[in-house]
Amino acid sequence: MINWDQFVQLTVNGLTDGAIYALIALGFSIVYGILKLLNFAQGDVFMIGAFIGYFVLTGFGGPASPDMPVPLLIILMFFFAMLGCGLLGVVIERFAYRPLRNAPRIAPLISALGVSFFLQNSALLLFGPEIRSYDTFQLEGGTYAFPSSGIQWGPLNLSILRMLTIGLAIVLCVLLTLLIARTQIGKAMRATAVDREAATMMGIDTDRVIAFAFFVGSAISGAAGVMYGLLLDNISNTIGFENGLKAFTAAVIGGIGSIPGAMLGGLIVGLAEAYSAGYLPSGSTFQDVWVFSLLIIVLLIRPTGLLGKADIRKV
Amino acid sequence: MTEPRQPESPRIGADEWVARQEERVLRSKPVRLAERAGERISPPARFFLLVAGIAIFGIATSNEYYQRVGFNTLYYAILALGLNVVVGWAGLLDLGYVAFFGLGAYAYALLDSPKFGLHWPTPVTMLLAAFGCAVVGILVSLPSRRLFGDYLAIITLFFGQIFYNLVGNLSMTNGPNGLTNLDPLGFFGLHITTVRQYYYVALVLFVIVVSVLWLLNHSRTGRAWRSMREDGMAAQLLGMPVNWLKLLAFAFGAGVAGVTGTIFAALEVNIFPSNFYLDVLITLYAIVILGGAGSMAGVMLGAFTIIVGLELLSTPQNARLLFYVVIGVGLVIWLRPLRWLVAVVGGTIALGFAVNAIATAIWPDQTKPTAFGGQSQTMSSWVVELTDPTKAGAYAYAILIGAVLGLTLLKGWVRKVALIPVLYLAAFVWENELVLNPSVTALILLGALLVALMIVRPTGLLGQTRVEIV
Repeated sequence: MINWDQFVQLTVNGLTDGAIYALIALGFSIVYGILKLLNFAQGDVFMIGAFIGYFVLTGFGGPASPDMPVPLLIILMFFFAMLGCGLLGVVIERFAYRPLRNAPRIAPLISALGVSFFLQNSALLLFGPEIRSYDTFQLEGGTYAFPSSGIQWGPLNLSILRMLTIGLAIVLCVLLTLLIARTQIGKAMRATAVDREAATMMGIDTDRVIAFAFFVGSAISGAAGVMYGLLLDNISNTIGFENGLKAFTAAVIGGIGSIPGAMLGGLIVGLAEAYSAGYLPSGSTFQDVWVFSLLIIVLLIRPTGLLGKADIRKV
Repeated sequence: MTEPRQPESPRIGADEWVARQEERVLRSKPVRLAERAGERISPPARFFLLVAGIAIFGIATSNEYYQRVGFNTLYYAILALGLNVVVGWAGLLDLGYVAFFGLGAYAYALLDSPKFGLHWPTPVTMLLAAFGCAVVGILVSLPSRRLFGDYLAIITLFFGQIFYNLVGNLSMTNGPNGLTNLDPLGFFGLHITTVRQYYYVALVLFVIVVSVLWLLNHSRTGRAWRSMREDGMAAQLLGMPVNWLKLLAFAFGAGVAGVTGTIFAALEVNIFPSNFYLDVLITLYAIVILGGAGSMAGVMLGAFTIIVGLELLSTPQNARLLFYVVIGVGLVIWLRPLRWLVAVVGGTIALGFAVNAIATAIWPDQTKPTAFGGQSQTMSSWVVELTDPTKAGAYAYAILIGAVLGLTLLKGWVRKVALIPVLYLAAFVWENELVLNPSVTALILLGALLVALMIVRPTGLLGQTRVEIV
């Protein structure tokens, strides 16, 4: 007999965690789609985003007594985290990847590994090893808090922050899809992804397009960082690597370079984690192992991922 | 007159004129003479001289600390040589390499410790670790054999994470508490107990690994790996079993890592999951890239440089010295002509004294006027040293990163002039922030080194310049 209460709660948890993975995976997929580069630093940009959100939160009075209404504060946190991370992404691209545009493929990968380490340990140096807390509990219950505490309907217990996370993830995904499908810069991005040299010859400033892609991808990761802080409370300098790895997996499962694929992959990874924690013996300890097994199975059955297209190699 | 060397990047050319570029590079006379002398000795003889030198060092020093650093250098060199098979020769990115090292160490820990009461003979365990890791290496790379290098990077990275996760949580490995009281190595009744003896065991293993890999590199397989690295599709069209070659490279790398893990575990006596995490991985990549991916001599040189450098960094006194030596040597090499060198160094020194005088006058209670880290009086009136460097040091660090990045955008004399304040800022940050956190600083520097090397000199110290013929 299935325990429905537990199942519903696990599904909700899985979907919210999955939304965070999906957002990091989105940033990762945009960059991969254009440059065919695995940006290992994406996870660490996400971590920096979580820290920016934290500093904005404490800068405006802290979670216990914020200087302004909580919804406005949260918007500010997202704004600064996205802006800061977007700029960080552009800087990383400019200094670590652009000089390697025409190098052998392994070169930017190693450079990305270096950037990831540099960011992770710089954060350790600057912010210290201690775990910091968003204290979301206080934020939700304070005087300026939200009008309602969320939905309580049967077994479903959906706090307003969880709804916000899933909602924001969907909004960002839709906006991104529109950006790429409908705008001029989106068209330029698609052209650059198909053939960079040809795009340059058609008058597209590919350097600018790539920088823009990094800005968008990193900004989304920054938003994911703030969401992570709001939902899971505790942030430290190591969250970037762990969640970045899950997001890579999500992107690969969904089909590397595909936007809806990244979204789908993120949700699958989130749900797989939640269900393995709930239903498998000592599943929460070994949830990484289950996610990894999932990745192997998907790669064996569909090497291009669920929604990926087979890449035709040209000689 | 020496001509400045060309920037190291894959060159595009039409004929052997490009390929022979290295021969035309003008060097100063002593360097040229040394090179000629080196070329006269055959590679095996050169290696014999190196081994003799290492062996004599082991006899000459009775300081256990030096012997330990020597052991560390040797086992890192062996590990890096194994990684070089995968990264340098086959051109694949293996980010789970440390897991094989850990697998070997844990194999030894489970088979030769009181944990299960097993005490297998060392040679058996070592062989088992080598072959076991090779098999696991093949299994890990199997799912990605049809795919491109990027999938391999993700799968191996995840594999490393899984390994860390498993040994950190399984009861068989005592989780984060690690396995303790491992047996010492023993070869046919001979027990290895002192650090010096371990040093020589590592040396023997080093000789075996280098010999095997050298022969391998000059065999059919070695040539096939290199052709696969240069152009996988062309290699396949020429009839090379590309997938099999990839698996083979992985197996060799993993086997070398596994056997190294056993001697590491035996010397350490107690091993923990944290011995086999990302910091070891980044150190190994820094060694391979700094030395020159694909060059065995380069990898050995890289291991020596990185391991001794990291060892120096771990004590503040040596770290200070290292910083000024590296900056000084760097300036002498990069800054031409001589008058600019004099101007920049003089400017930095003058700026330092001026800033220090002003800072101590304005904030006398926040700066340390004397007793500079036990160093000379001159230094203490040059670098501003704060009594409480936590906040200002962090801000200065962030500014320094921006300044260094900005410096790379400038050109010509502006860059040289801008170098002066940046150098002083670097010294300030080094003294007030980085020296105080040696382990973090080491990882930051390794990360930055990887990025800088890939951009400035992807061939490393001794790597072969790649020539692209179009």
